[in-house]
Amino acid sequence: MSKRTFSIGGIHPHDSKISRECAIETLPVPPVVYVSVSQHIGAPAKPVVAVGDKVKAGQVVAEPGGFVSAFIHSPVSGTVKSVGPRKDLSGNNQNTIEIAVEGDEWVEGVDLSPEIVTGFPDDNSVIMDKIRQGGIVGLGGATFPTQVKLAPPPGKKCEMLIINGCECEPYLTCNYRYMLERAEQVVIGTAIIKQVLGVGKATIAIEDNKPEDIAHMEKVVAGLAASSAKYAGISVMAMQTKYPEGGEKQLIDAVMHRQVRSGGLPIDVGAVVQNVATAFAVYEAVQKNKPLVSNTMTVTGDCLPVQHNYEVRIGTPISYIIEKAGGLPEAAAKVISGGPMMGKAVSNLDAATVKGTSGILILTEEQTRRAPETHCIRCGKCSDACPMGLEPFLLFRLTKADMVPELEDNAAQDCIECGCCLYSCPAHLPLLDIIRTGKQQVMGVIRARAAAAKAAAEAAKASQVAK
Amino acid sequence: MSTTIIWTIAIISVLGMLLACVLWLIAEKFKVVEDPRIDEVEKVMPGANCGGCGFAGCRAFAEAAVKAPDLDNNYCPVGGSDVMAKVASILGYEVKAKAPQVAVVRCNGSCSNRPSVNVYDGVKSCKVKASLYSGDTGCAFGCLGCGDCVAACRFGALSMDPATGLPVVDEEKCTACGSCVKVCPKHLIELRNKGPRGMRMYVSCMNQDKGPAAKKACAAACIGCGICAKTCTHDAIVIENNVAYIDFTKCKLCRECEAMCPTGAIHAVNFPKPLDKEAVKARIAERNRKAREAAAAAAAQAAAPETAKENKEETK
Amino acid sequence: MNKLLVSPSPHLHSDLSTKRLMRDVVIALLPAIAVSVVFYGWKELLVLAVSVLSCVCIEYLITKYMLKRPGTVGDLSAVVTGLLLAMNLPSTTPWWVVFMGALFAIGVTKMTFGGLGQNVFNPAIAGRVFLLVSFPTYMTRWEMPKGLFGVDAVSGATPLGAIKEGLLQGASVPDIMSAGGYSYGSMLFANLGGSAGEISAIALLIGFVYLLVRKVIKPHITLSIWGTVALVSLIFWLCDPSRFTNPLFNLLTGGMILGSCFMATDYVTSPMTEKGGILFGVGIGFITLMIRYFGSYPEGMSFAILIMNAFVPLINNWFHHKKYGRA
Repeated sequence: MSKRTFSIGGIHPHDSKISRECAIETLPVPPVVYVSVSQHIGAPAKPVVAVGDKVKAGQVVAEPGGFVSAFIHSPVSGTVKSVGPRKDLSGNNQNTIEIAVEGDEWVEGVDLSPEIVTGFPDDNSVIMDKIRQGGIVGLGGATFPTQVKLAPPPGKKCEMLIINGCECEPYLTCNYRYMLERAEQVVIGTAIIKQVLGVGKATIAIEDNKPEDIAHMEKVVAGLAASSAKYAGISVMAMQTKYPEGGEKQLIDAVMHRQVRSGGLPIDVGAVVQNVATAFAVYEAVQKNKPLVSNTMTVTGDCLPVQHNYEVRIGTPISYIIEKAGGLPEAAAKVISGGPMMGKAVSNLDAATVKGTSGILILTEEQTRRAPETHCIRCGKCSDACPMGLEPFLLFRLTKADMVPELEDNAAQDCIECGCCLYSCPAHLPLLDIIRTGKQQVMGVIRARAAAAKAAAEAAKASQVAK
Repeated sequence: MSTTIIWTIAIISVLGMLLACVLWLIAEKFKVVEDPRIDEVEKVMPGANCGGCGFAGCRAFAEAAVKAPDLDNNYCPVGGSDVMAKVASILGYEVKAKAPQVAVVRCNGSCSNRPSVNVYDGVKSCKVKASLYSGDTGCAFGCLGCGDCVAACRFGALSMDPATGLPVVDEEKCTACGSCVKVCPKHLIELRNKGPRGMRMYVSCMNQDKGPAAKKACAAACIGCGICAKTCTHDAIVIENNVAYIDFTKCKLCRECEAMCPTGAIHAVNFPKPLDKEAVKARIAERNRKAREAAAAAAAQAAAPETAKENKEETK
Repeated sequence: MNKLLVSPSPHLHSDLSTKRLMRDVVIALLPAIAVSVVFYGWKELLVLAVSVLSCVCIEYLITKYMLKRPGTVGDLSAVVTGLLLAMNLPSTTPWWVVFMGALFAIGVTKMTFGGLGQNVFNPAIAGRVFLLVSFPTYMTRWEMPKGLFGVDAVSGATPLGAIKEGLLQGASVPDIMSAGGYSYGSMLFANLGGSAGEISAIALLIGFVYLLVRKVIKPHITLSIWGTVALVSLIFWLCDPSRFTNPLFNLLTGGMILGSCFMATDYVTSPMTEKGGILFGVGIGFITLMIRYFGSYPEGMSFAILIMNAFVPLINNWFHHKKYGRA
């Protein structure tokens, strides 16, 4: 039987997982960490420490600034040096807490022992509280606060939990290592999330370019299922390797053969998708009381003599990580935070890592430099590649002509910015660069319309009340 | 033969008349009654359809102007006072004179002032670049140099200076329509009063970083030191977010702030003579000294009766 | 330290390029070119050389001196147009006629619309049709292939031409076929009169398979043309085998293989969706057969492609890709 994959588009870039054999190492704590208060989607967190405060690792340094927001904890023990704007990896100022490291003292209650705790509480409110207090956010890239995602809106019922272990981005291998080295924790985290959602089935989706992971995870899942009823209903599914399999919408299509309608949420089709790393973070927060203060990232690149998978404290400067990994090679031309398809190019190496940093990729000029733009030959390769079934060549032209209503008709707002179109264009057109701006315009129009509709509805309500 | 010709002529004539009637009836039925003044107003408009007035084009402006009770909210920046006077006379409104304006680029981060630390490799568009990162230099507020403003200008008044990498405004061609103002993602371009004989002053920097950081990123940055605001005797300068701003409605073009600015972020254009910085500085120092003396004297005077009192008491 | 590059994602790019795609098309045409040169000799070589050289030079001159923009000769699209034009012409075509065809193909059909990617009609076909209506005598003077670099070639008719001629004189199709000595084997393996692109179906099919394997083109358009031609001609043939040629004959003769594999699949002038491609192919197949059966020209492939080219924008408007999450 052919393995499952998503039904529309997709590309097959070389997976370049050259760091797959590198076991996860713990990176030494840097002398100073810079903890941004905007490490998640939603409102920035509000700092609750002042300059001169002594903090311990795991201590809350910033509180959620809204419903969609997250706690931020000090990743180290030390003294708060400053709270104020600091340039992030794209050079823009972000409110950042600077902490000078002194020792490595943790707050009380954090279990740092390597033992695996399999039993977890039956009370979901306890679990949810721990997830919220642990500052857990989606580590698959979107950094959406997990506690919000695990509380489906009323009337919506989750039918399947999908744990995303696809790691479809080339080069990145930290999820691969998670599933080899921390499989038990990932499966326990999965079971916890499954219980919170009250769902019977959980699928751990892994692309078939990671056969070791599939075999190991199957073994671990079987072992745990035999130990307790809490672990029933979890299965491992091997997926056909294709980018962007790990995209939330694509993965739901691949696993459940259901498509989330435009503008909808995965829960509309009964799915919740969580990343493998998020499942691990949930395990740590619930079973070990350890908040999200470190994450694992792949430090890789063909020009690097040695590749690494590092466990790094959040707020570690990128330059420090590169230095520990052997320094920036002479041939390096671009440093990317994340994978090569959707990662962000780093313009400021002094910037610090955040919760969502999944890799540091170093590419050479030859690998990444764009070829000069030529003319569209209408080959349609961009629309063949688009996993959302859009027509990038058309959106490109419409955006250039500033035709916003037509952009909406042609679903520019559905673009997931996966980069398949730009990757496959033989004319080297900057398709995604331009479409992104068009998408932003359409989103602006949609938001304005929604706001106007809301205001009108409220006004109608108010007038009715007045009557 | 002749009958054929006659028949042909007759049929065609009848057909023509019939169709003419149909056309006339339809035209009557679907007649759009339009204020004839709209056409008149449109005729005197510049016809650039630039949208600088805030309407979709000259026709839309004319429609709005005809409907509006006065011309307070309708102003054609391209045509200026001349066109507005004509529009007012057609519509029988009063026109209020508005000072002519010009686009001003508030960034002086040329290649030499602001060394680049990165290389951009994407589509040549400030909009795309701005959404990606802060720019090639250490300054997150300055010009990105991709020329979106040049592309937006419908009058050919903007061009990129290859030496500095910054846009240059051609004052003769600029109509102050504001297209470039809208399109600049860093909000660097401002419409400012042209000033007498084109003389005007402005702060050519928008860097909101603190002094040392701003200075490190760009040699010509405003460091928000506030000397200009202290020097200004017309209350025209405010410092907000570590950057100075000159209110052109209050500025009297005395050029004192320019002389005092430690980084040269304040620009004065179209002045006939170059500024004699030392003379102005001396003048300000003199004025400050006098003010200090006057203040001291005033303080002394205020204190004087008391001393007298004390003296009296002592003599007692 | 060197300055870091910064660009929007994605940071990797496939090694596809317009040039590579065009190079693949050239490679795919090589077997057919080789066969035609072997059979028609140096004359065919001359036609090919004149055509390619004129196309490239005309495009270069127009971009440089008339449009004053960076040259596009490097992307090899002019080379492909030149090759296809030459393969659509008889080997006896004088060099200046070939040049006129190239001038029309590149100068009028391609560059006036804005160059590569903007043209509505396939340049090579438009060039051929221009020559066909302007210089019919040169365009219908075929030569029978006479082996490797043979000099004493004799002129003759193409199978399609012979059928049309014969039917006009009242003969039946099987009679004409046997009189002309046309066998399907010879149609497949190069032995009949015609242009370079008509001579060997098998050589063209090898190139077609190469394009499919390299994923340069998708098979939808070609297969739907073949399907339509086979089906429609089957119906007619079953009705009256003495008046109408059979499906196999229609598939193997004329510009059918060259047109369906290389000309109708031109990116620029074919629909972008698979469904659109199928409709496009059905249209070409049907129009071709109608011209062959009922038109005054023996062959209708070029006209059919040109007619359907004009419908491409409309087809692109009708058919869109299936969008995710939108029923």
